[in-house]
Amino acid sequence: MMMQVDEFQPRIVAFVCNWCTYIAADTAGVARARYSPNVRLIRTMCSGRVDPQFVLAAFEKGADGVLLCGCHPRDCHYNSGNYKTLRRYTLLKTMLAQMGFEGDRLRLEWISASEAEKFRRVVEDMTERVRKLGPLKSNGGN
Amino acid sequence: MTDEETRIGVYVCECGFNIAGVVNVPDLVGYAKGLKGVVVSREYKYMCSSPGQATIQKDVQELKLNRVVVASCSPHLHEATFRRAAEEAGMNPFLVHMVNIREQVSWVTKDKKEATEKAKSLVAAGVARVARHSPLERRKVPVRDDMLIIGGGIAGIQAALTAADAGRHVTLVEREPSIGGHMAKFDKTFPTLDCAACILTPKMTSVKNHPNITLFSYSEVVAVDGYVGNFKVKVRRKPRYVDEAACVGCFECIEQCVYKTAKFPSEFELGLGMRKPIYIPFPQAVPLVAVIDSETCIEFKTGHCKKTCVVACGDRNAIDFTQQETVVELDVGAIIVATGFKIFDASRMTNYGYGKLPGVYNALEFERLAASNGPTGGEIVLRDGRKPAAVAIVHCVGSRDEHYNTYCSKVCCMYSLKIAHLVKERTGAEVYNFYIDMRTPGKGFEEFYTRLLAENLHLVRGKVAQITEISESAQEEGKLVVVAEDTLLGVVRRVPVDMVVLSVGLEPQPDREEVRRMLNISCSSEGFFLEKHPKLAPVSTMSDGIFIAGACQGPRDIPETVAQAGAATAEAIALTSKGFLTLEPNLAYIEEQLCSGCQVCIPLCPYNAIELDRDKMVARISDVLCKGCGVCVAACPSGAASQRLFEDDQIMDELAGVLSR
Repeated sequence: MMMQVDEFQPRIVAFVCNWCTYIAADTAGVARARYSPNVRLIRTMCSGRVDPQFVLAAFEKGADGVLLCGCHPRDCHYNSGNYKTLRRYTLLKTMLAQMGFEGDRLRLEWISASEAEKFRRVVEDMTERVRKLGPLKSNGGN
Repeated sequence: MTDEETRIGVYVCECGFNIAGVVNVPDLVGYAKGLKGVVVSREYKYMCSSPGQATIQKDVQELKLNRVVVASCSPHLHEATFRRAAEEAGMNPFLVHMVNIREQVSWVTKDKKEATEKAKSLVAAGVARVARHSPLERRKVPVRDDMLIIGGGIAGIQAALTAADAGRHVTLVEREPSIGGHMAKFDKTFPTLDCAACILTPKMTSVKNHPNITLFSYSEVVAVDGYVGNFKVKVRRKPRYVDEAACVGCFECIEQCVYKTAKFPSEFELGLGMRKPIYIPFPQAVPLVAVIDSETCIEFKTGHCKKTCVVACGDRNAIDFTQQETVVELDVGAIIVATGFKIFDASRMTNYGYGKLPGVYNALEFERLAASNGPTGGEIVLRDGRKPAAVAIVHCVGSRDEHYNTYCSKVCCMYSLKIAHLVKERTGAEVYNFYIDMRTPGKGFEEFYTRLLAENLHLVRGKVAQITEISESAQEEGKLVVVAEDTLLGVVRRVPVDMVVLSVGLEPQPDREEVRRMLNISCSSEGFFLEKHPKLAPVSTMSDGIFIAGACQGPRDIPETVAQAGAATAEAIALTSKGFLTLEPNLAYIEEQLCSGCQVCIPLCPYNAIELDRDKMVARISDVLCKGCGVCVAACPSGAASQRLFEDDQIMDELAGVLSR
């Protein structure tokens, strides 16, 4: 148990849309799906509301990883917001790589309202990957 | 509200043991007291209860709170509750923020310390965010009171009649040529064994005759736009090639068709009976109007038919080979989805021989055999006309099976017992019910089971492994052999029978994905439409104004379906009764001073809600068209676009809050 306490506990921010992934998280709760407490959710109505600056700000404010979640392609409550998210994600991925961020620190996942198990799995997997990467150097370094 | 001191109250709900059993609530309350702007922090066993709400209201008034954070369950559950409580206390409801420490913390976190830490970070975020909230006004929009009901099975019929009796105009859309759905195919219903047609057909007739109901049969909803209270719907009306207004349902055209005998499998009879190219699905059909199948009609195939049907129709002139598909547009305030289910395709379980062994039927086919208006006039006989001497009924086909559907289809045990009774009554055959567990939870269900036990059934507890015609003994010669492990006796049994009825489970409709997308609603993991909340809002969906009733939401029997249809109708009427609706104020808006008129936002909007004000050269967002997704806000390069309740500074402060620990 001591090992667990000493283990690096990454802080991960997940931006989730109101209609799909937030509901998946609620459903995970109802199903009492256990997952690590490292991921904290911020709800927006649509993943398309997530300004790339929010992602950068999250890293700046101490996040070790950022998870973007929305409805599956064709399933967006607002028709096409998730496609905008996908484009912004691609841009962010490139930018972050140029800034020296490891790829696993930013992740995009489509998780529908019914996919509570996928939500749990993604959270667990993301936590483990970011744990392996260790603290974000730009935060810890100076 | 920057000129006024921020006074925040934080209310932590214990939710009985749901939260308090994992999160250290006193610690969390103490922590909240130290957060910036927090004047008071309290805990209570059930914050949503009336004493809980009263505590908040009292503080709002006595301590002059101007912000409230409630740390409890999902906002999808009780945001409306706490906003209303605040409003009653004289506070703007949008100065309340909910922090979800149940679904996101106590229910999913094992370690109490970690759970408390996470809860603290979420409360810190909520407190930081709410300080940035401003009072907002809800939008009022006019609402139409007309309704659309999709699906004309018992759920849709019940909903249509209830709404129409309440004085609402209802459009009922059914894709088949007749309403009635699955129930119209049944002979008797459990547990009362009353005749299905005697319950259903008068209702079907009422639908046809009701002045407030427009029935579009042989039609499909193809598009739904707009929003709650003001949906714009397109209905595709498939050509029947028979004028609905002129046809009187006399059957003359069918009798006089150049095909002297019916030789095409009847969809209604599941292929057990035949129909002609011009047909009425069943004699009690509503509307009682013929339909021509252009795939089999000689006139459509060759253009050289004698058209004896037209001659038979005579002056009524109802037959019209030139009829075209039409699209009807409707404006409705609420939509009830009652699209029902499909039965499990038993041919997927190859070990049961369905579709290969002629003596193996699915339960719906059996219903047609047993129905007095069915292809055999209600005589239970095999395809070769023989009366079965022994019948096996296999429960749980496609249900409670990890290879197919893991869920229980709920109705099969009861209808299997009903089938057993009908076989006994009509044929006197030996009946073997192979079941996994006998599930009879319903009014009069256990009594029905007890009654059936006295009818000398053979109840074999065990899942059937195989149905085969390969005999291993003289006794099995020419029979279907049902192989199953009898788990009560601990032996493998081989039971020779003449007929097997597979009690197939209920599955979601195959086109649920298209329907779901069209209506902007969700499915649960099995594919049934997802209700907003199983207990608080069981017939509502996440899309306001769209309700669900019947087996499209999950397997259920007729009484439950009827009850649910009534509930959905009541909800739809309640929603549309005031003449107006209030909508969330979470819309996007433009700060004109900051807008450079670059027009980046305009093509991004999925609702064409943004246009350029050419005089001022700034973007303008229409309150009526905006649905509050915030896509334009995230794209605006100059920060001129904002979204109420999801302002940049609110999200940034929330972000800092969740990362504060």
